[in-house]
Amino acid sequence: MLLISDAIKAEDLEIGYPNEAVVSKISFTLPKGHMLALVGVNGSGKSTLLKTLVGLLKPLHGKLVVLGLDPGKSPRQIAYLSQFHQSSFILPLRVMDVVRMGRFAKHGLLGRMNDEDEVLVIQSMHRMGISDLAGKPLSSLSGGQQQRAYLAQALASRADLLILDEPSAGLDAGGREIYQQAIKEELERGASGVVATHDIQEAMASDQAMLLARKVSAVGRGEDIITPQALLETFGIVIAIKGDHPGITVIEGEHGKDMEN
Amino acid sequence: MNWLLDPFITNTFLLRALVAGILVSISCGIVGTFIVLRGLAFIGDALAHGVLPGIAVALLLGIPGIIGAAAGALVMIGGISLITHRTRLSSDTAIGLLFVGMLALGVVIVSRSTSFTGDIVRVLFGEILGINNQAILIQIVATLMIAGTSIVCTRPFLLLCFSPEQAQVSGFSSCLYHGIMLAMIALAVIVSFQTVGTLLVFGMLLAPAGAGALLARRIEAMMAWAAFIGSLSVFIGLLTSYYFNLAAGSAIVLAATVLFFIVMASKNIQFARTQQTHKLDRSG
Repeated sequence: MLLISDAIKAEDLEIGYPNEAVVSKISFTLPKGHMLALVGVNGSGKSTLLKTLVGLLKPLHGKLVVLGLDPGKSPRQIAYLSQFHQSSFILPLRVMDVVRMGRFAKHGLLGRMNDEDEVLVIQSMHRMGISDLAGKPLSSLSGGQQQRAYLAQALASRADLLILDEPSAGLDAGGREIYQQAIKEELERGASGVVATHDIQEAMASDQAMLLARKVSAVGRGEDIITPQALLETFGIVIAIKGDHPGITVIEGEHGKDMEN
Repeated sequence: MNWLLDPFITNTFLLRALVAGILVSISCGIVGTFIVLRGLAFIGDALAHGVLPGIAVALLLGIPGIIGAAAGALVMIGGISLITHRTRLSSDTAIGLLFVGMLALGVVIVSRSTSFTGDIVRVLFGEILGINNQAILIQIVATLMIAGTSIVCTRPFLLLCFSPEQAQVSGFSSCLYHGIMLAMIALAVIVSFQTVGTLLVFGMLLAPAGAGALLARRIEAMMAWAAFIGSLSVFIGLLTSYYFNLAAGSAIVLAATVLFFIVMASKNIQFARTQQTHKLDRSG
């Protein structure tokens, strides 16, 4: 039974493409105001799950309820940050135009934008530390600055559910701190979130985490399930650092790519 | 200045051509902007050529070519949609297949008729100097429809340019609005074929919008630049055609292409100067 307090409920969910199941037997409940971090190597099913949650892909099997409705049926309540954006080098858009797009779902085709929308747009740019870039063309920004603009767009939508695919990719240390603070504020105001991340610390700090490796390796509280053993099963190689600065370093066996401390 | 304006004042056919050309520039400027930003050049080209069999059949049957062009465009879009939805082939393959198939069909139809040569040249390269008031009226209606649709659909179109997934998640069906965008491109091609022809209309879709992309910081400004550069091309093309006895449609598209390269060169010079100034600032 779906409680009003649940943002997402998945039961025996199978996700993927019409002729190719990517991950099966996904079951979890995300209460409102909580954050779920998806962790796994590239191709493990993180983005596929996010696309299913926002309605871009249909579930192949099982039950999925998002904000009390079928996926994709509540666009005004959901903000989605995808991993790739097309043609940002040629699009004649200023940063403020990109952030303003975050308000489109709320107003539909013809609804008028008002002062409140403008305030939210300005606040979102301020929160991501890009107020001084508002009038700059998107194409003139660095990758990290563009990512901040996309995150500001997600914040401007003032959504009940944030679905973010590798939101901290390309951000420098300062950018990551700003992003983490913004997410904390979103959760405090009652929004929920699902984040695909390679940042192990972020996943450990989350209310819930799911380890994916084309199957659900583990799901539960971040700090409970993200153990060297679980990461070893998910990624192949894990280095646990002990001493004054403990941490976990993950090296993707499949791709040989260093991941987060 | 008389040599600039006199041809249009003293020749009604040239004035009509200028008005029709400006209308083509506005409609092609708007849809050309989306073609450039969304990388739809191939489908634009395919539509521009794929309407040929429809026009040829219409001319054979003695019905208006514009109806045949519309039918040709519908077959193109329907065929592309059928192939991409029923097979695992990419849209590029589907577009290429339909493009060549429709062009071949057009040539086959033309080759069956002995009295077609003059008509087909008119279809391919347009007959802007022979444009009549009815054609201008149709062009006005089409331009208003294209401009109106782009205003109403500003948000989904912006989101489509940014990310089709983002459009879908924001509640705007990317499939529906992509279809509307294709219909706008088809409409611009269909009504422009009388003016610049099916071969040359593609130049009016791409060259002014390409130059606009180099100059503008906003999409609305890019459309305005594209419409302006297109209109300027029409003016220059008609004048050179008048004074040097050149084919008018080709002169217009050639002017648009030359203007694109002038804009590109000026932007490159501007960029080089900025770089040099920065270098001097750092060393000074």
